[in-house]
Amino acid sequence: MKKDEKVYFYWRKAKNNAMILFSLACVLLALVPLILIFSYTLLQGISSLNIDFFIQMPKPVGESGGGMANALVGTGILLGIGGLIGLPVSIMAGIYLAEYGDNPFAATVRFLADVLSGIPSIVVGVVAYVLVVLPMKHFSALAGGVALAILMIPTVTRTTEEMIRLVPHSFREAGLAIGIPRWKTTLRIILPTALKGITTGILLAIARAAGETAPLLFTALGNRFWSTAIDQPIASLTVFIYDYSKSAFEDWIRQAWGAAFVLIALIFVLSVIFRIVTRSRYAEH
Amino acid sequence: MLFAFGVLSLVFLMGYEMYDGSALTIAKFGWNFLGTSTWDPVQENYGAFPLIFGTLLSSFLALLIALPLGIGVAIFLSELAPRWLERPLSFLVELLAAIPSIVYGLWGLFVLVPWLRLIVEPWLGSNLGALPFFKGPAYGFGMLAASVILSVMVLPIIASISRDVLQAIPGLQREAALGLGATRWETTKVILSSAKSGILGATLLGLGRAVGETMAVTLVIGNRSQISASLFSPAYSMAAVIANEFTEATSSMYTSALIEIALVLFVMTIILNALARLIVWSVTKRFKR
Repeated sequence: MKKDEKVYFYWRKAKNNAMILFSLACVLLALVPLILIFSYTLLQGISSLNIDFFIQMPKPVGESGGGMANALVGTGILLGIGGLIGLPVSIMAGIYLAEYGDNPFAATVRFLADVLSGIPSIVVGVVAYVLVVLPMKHFSALAGGVALAILMIPTVTRTTEEMIRLVPHSFREAGLAIGIPRWKTTLRIILPTALKGITTGILLAIARAAGETAPLLFTALGNRFWSTAIDQPIASLTVFIYDYSKSAFEDWIRQAWGAAFVLIALIFVLSVIFRIVTRSRYAEH
Repeated sequence: MLFAFGVLSLVFLMGYEMYDGSALTIAKFGWNFLGTSTWDPVQENYGAFPLIFGTLLSSFLALLIALPLGIGVAIFLSELAPRWLERPLSFLVELLAAIPSIVYGLWGLFVLVPWLRLIVEPWLGSNLGALPFFKGPAYGFGMLAASVILSVMVLPIIASISRDVLQAIPGLQREAALGLGATRWETTKVILSSAKSGILGATLLGLGRAVGETMAVTLVIGNRSQISASLFSPAYSMAAVIANEFTEATSSMYTSALIEIALVLFVMTIILNALARLIVWSVTKRFKR
């Protein structure tokens, strides 16, 4: 090699290494906040979790101790209402998209579901307010549930579709070949095969909905007392975090961290399960 | 089919309900609502310009921070990382996207804001204080805090979608470049140029998330409806004003103004998302057979 060729060669190599290092640095830098948030929440959260947190009611201002039992139940009820409204619609829509979705109409629905999943949750809250709170004239668990349902629909629809698409084509053909009608094939063969994936996908969507705050602020509102009535304001973990984080009481802030930890743990566990389930599915085929 | 139609009509229902709900302010202020900058509930005078400005500026700054980092992460994950490292790292990045925004807000409020107030902002002020962006007292709360927290939240979205786009590009292109004797980085450049529009789509999706982000921003942005050149001073965003004032809105005009803001936000994010999805789709379709 001539000399300047050699210089150019080393220059290219150096540039290559520099860029590899740069992208590695990006990864590290991106992971820093993740680790910071995780460890901080873990540290603050664990120390403030105790039995009281789960079984006690919130104490009045100034008294320390107490827990968020009502918020835990409230979040559960909200998710239940949301799921009851949102899941049937989105699962059926998902089945339709996967099994009969080879036309322009289905493509439009798919597209809108994707767009819908990008709409800010606060906007969904406003819609639920206009739809439910205004006609009913007061804040209610039902309104919160409707908001969460709207949030779940696009993700569950798309996950259901993806999971059904993972079922190999030969299953479908086998069913049809022995003379089972199409709807029965879908219902009895395809759906049970995809069930594991769909269930975990749904759980993940529910976990994410559990972390939503914005749409609940002015639909479910929050409640410091025990309430399970669906036409009354109801407490939720996330709204408690919001309210407590703005307060000046150490004990309340401590509890906000505790609630944050519960939420993260929930989402983490479900994500891991979802990952394992879908991965084994890929491996089969 | 009927249910799929339900999903379809939901979008239009949402749009209509909000248009209906904001009829009062639309009738009274018309387009001026978007252009004027007084936000005075007492006088019943509403102009959303500072809010729109706050939303756009904080999202833009967040992208400025998150975009290079996100693309770097995507390149590493799809082109450079060995397989055993790629899987857990991708998982971590996706997990970052799933953390509830209120938790980000909590962290921003108790960790990021004090850090900015005590260390970063005084340093920027004394070293780069000549620039209008870094003038004024360091509150901690404000545009800078909002942008930083948004960039942390947007980064995983940009990174994971860009990675998908990069991975959709056929291995043949890589092999061709490597076969010609190109280094790893030069190969990556080739790949990047075919993935350009896909990455643009990922960026728009990230922008959509940043624009609509509510809880984290509400807790750290400082909540004052003003336009200021300095990044240290408190500002406001559309989502934050809805979250803060909706339950306090006593008059129907006030509520109507807030609903109209939600409508603006809705239209903005729909346009952003639709554009982004179309771009990402057309790219992945081109390479998928």
